[in-house]
Amino acid sequence: MSAASTAEPAFVAKTKTGRFTDFVDQRVGGSGILREFGRKVFPDHWSFMFGEVALYSFVILLLSGTFLTFFFDPSMAETHYDGSYVPLKGVEMSVAYSSSLDISFDIRGGLFMRQVHHWAALLFVASIAVHMLRVFFTGAFRKPREMNWVVGSVLLILAMAAGFTGYSLPDDLLSGNGLRIIDGVIKSIPVVGTYISFFLFGGEFPGTAVIGRLYMLHILLVPALILLMIVLHLFMVVVHKHTQYPGPGRNDNNVVGYPLGPVYAAKAGGFFFIVFGVLALMAGFFTINPIWNYGPYDPSPVSAGTQPDWYIGFVDGALRLMPGTFGDWQVEQTWLGFVFSFNVLLPALVPAGILFTVMFMYPWIERWITKDDREHHVLDRPRNAPTRTAIGMAGFVWYCVMWAAAGSDLIATHFHVSLNDVTYWLRALFFIGPIIAFIVTKRVALALQRKDREIALHGRETGRIVRLPHGEFIEVHAPLDEYKRYKLVGFESPEVLPAVPNEHGVVTRKEKRRAFLSKWFFEDRVAPASPAELEAAHGHGHGHEAVEAPEAAKSLSH
Amino acid sequence: MKALSQKRRHPLAAIALLLMGLLITGGLYAVATTVNEAKASTTSYSADDVEEGGKLFAANCATCHGMGASGTDAGPSLVGVGAAAVDFQVGTGRMPMQMNGPQAMKKPVQFNDEQTNQLSAYVASLGAGPAIPEEGLLDEGGDAAAGGELFRVNCAMCHNAAAAGGALTRGKFAPALADVSGKHIYEAMVTGPQNMPVFSDSNITPEDKRDIITFLKQIETTGSPGGADLGSLGPVAEGLFVWVAGLGVIIAFTIWLTSRTS
Repeated sequence: MSAASTAEPAFVAKTKTGRFTDFVDQRVGGSGILREFGRKVFPDHWSFMFGEVALYSFVILLLSGTFLTFFFDPSMAETHYDGSYVPLKGVEMSVAYSSSLDISFDIRGGLFMRQVHHWAALLFVASIAVHMLRVFFTGAFRKPREMNWVVGSVLLILAMAAGFTGYSLPDDLLSGNGLRIIDGVIKSIPVVGTYISFFLFGGEFPGTAVIGRLYMLHILLVPALILLMIVLHLFMVVVHKHTQYPGPGRNDNNVVGYPLGPVYAAKAGGFFFIVFGVLALMAGFFTINPIWNYGPYDPSPVSAGTQPDWYIGFVDGALRLMPGTFGDWQVEQTWLGFVFSFNVLLPALVPAGILFTVMFMYPWIERWITKDDREHHVLDRPRNAPTRTAIGMAGFVWYCVMWAAAGSDLIATHFHVSLNDVTYWLRALFFIGPIIAFIVTKRVALALQRKDREIALHGRETGRIVRLPHGEFIEVHAPLDEYKRYKLVGFESPEVLPAVPNEHGVVTRKEKRRAFLSKWFFEDRVAPASPAELEAAHGHGHGHEAVEAPEAAKSLSH
Repeated sequence: MKALSQKRRHPLAAIALLLMGLLITGGLYAVATTVNEAKASTTSYSADDVEEGGKLFAANCATCHGMGASGTDAGPSLVGVGAAAVDFQVGTGRMPMQMNGPQAMKKPVQFNDEQTNQLSAYVASLGAGPAIPEEGLLDEGGDAAAGGELFRVNCAMCHNAAAAGGALTRGKFAPALADVSGKHIYEAMVTGPQNMPVFSDSNITPEDKRDIITFLKQIETTGSPGGADLGSLGPVAEGLFVWVAGLGVIIAFTIWLTSRTS
């Protein structure tokens, strides 16, 4: 841009289109933007595309949602259905439900759009979840991306909020039951719960205000916040540049991949239409939230198989798992004449609270334990950070146990087992599942690391058995090429950081705790094969020696 | 009224009154007997039926229900359960029971219609109970919308709002209602098989039961307007589908998009 000095003759395009483009470009600066962003390099890996899926789902949500707002009426006024769905003809219902039915049956393309919107919502949250799992397990949340991890976590919560407020809008029996559970959870909050509930519902549940209020949140506040967070999120992605998996020639100072333009612009543009196409096919062929089955909301009936959408399932599951009594001890307590419904409060808020707190804090927790203040742009393979991977899996399993509990009735009917047994098993897994997951994952990760190390040192097994002249049988190991070997040896393997005294020469209690956690984190480690070891291994020439790696001062765990 | 009061002392008044009384009594009697006949058409069994039913009962049912259906430790007494209960349990294959379990499972029927009828006749002869419903209540000509409301209030908490079934405690369950005949639905309501409560005629009138059957048959024939219904199981099936099929297909595309052509 600075090249346009006054001394040079002004550039004049040859064609009319060229002159027009140049006019616009001189005022907008499009070519500068394109030069900057078009050259942005992105590494190639399928697991880097989940954030994109979430973004595209959100775009589809905005488009289909706008269509739905044209026809949806968020009023809780009573009416009698007069549309074309016969089994509900003449039934008394709210205008909101009636207009949702009209969208489904009497507006051209309405049912398709409703289903696109709902499937896109499920995919939106699911792709965010998978994206976050990818970021967690590859350590992409480390410096300098901690804040972006927080923004992403906020996005997850906002996505859940958007989903839940939308789920409640049709005012059908299913969503009303869901809203009633939320009302129960709010009311279980000591002292202020009842006031909050009355404020939210404009009086006693269900009242006549809540659908309109949820509608405003759903179409105005929550999407605006999501949009803001997406802008922040993408801005930081551009500032930080994209992370990359370890590989030859890749380090924390570069990004190896293709430029945004034209390769990724084309791929990403095409991918948008793929996501749109998949959602459109799902919406066209598979029904979602068949509100006509559920009937209008009425506080008296509750249908069997009432569940929230999948992303709220873990809270519902925790509620299902909570016992009402322990022996003779009632979980619901009456103190000083006030009822404290811990049987609702604890399962509804505590597991979710723990999950989200750990999620938000994790980058700082790990940073504190490892004292790692360097920037990381090269990702960890999950196996190369065994303790982190194990923590992640423990949290994942804990979530999944609660998630499964939300479908406990369907597990019981479809596998012909007792609902009570399903609940007992899931209660046990709620406590021991994460522990088993932690131990198993850590062992698997360490075993994979040992396998990597062995392959790096001795090459890959070819399955070719050779008999030597003196009668010995050996399997021939083929050496790896440089590129493949780099992947197996080119990673960091931090060691335990013992407690160190501070500037006053005192080892604080906090530092001791940190050292303890550091030991827990890094005590079991398999170091990558060092160049010297590789040299030694290949020095033998044939790579057919015993599979045991030289222990060489490496604290290979049992 | 004035004309009527003036003529009340007419010589023929007494005769007219007598005639009127006779007509009303006769008419009411005629109506009452036709109602009885209508019921009798499905519940009147010949002595032969009862006798044959008794033989079938002794051979197939008495092991658990006892001789004379008086009940044993293994099975309840069937005196007074009525023909409807037998028609439902035997007609859906639930009885004779395949094995002991949380509840009797539906299976291919073991007796033909005639034998089922004979068994019903035998059990009905032991004591009064709900009879097999008349055809008029099963014709699916009721009010589907009213039936839907009744279904949601009385049935959906176990059978699911879309009649897809649901779990009960300790391995028991409320079955899905698709492909269940109107007669069996009606019989289930009046007899309360397995863990189902009885919905007597004072609770849900026969016309209301007809509405419920109409509703169930209507949603069964309407099918799913929005495409494959994924079992009508609600958000769990939808969540499973989006995670497995939706995300699965998208992951396949991401792998394709990032695979190197070289």
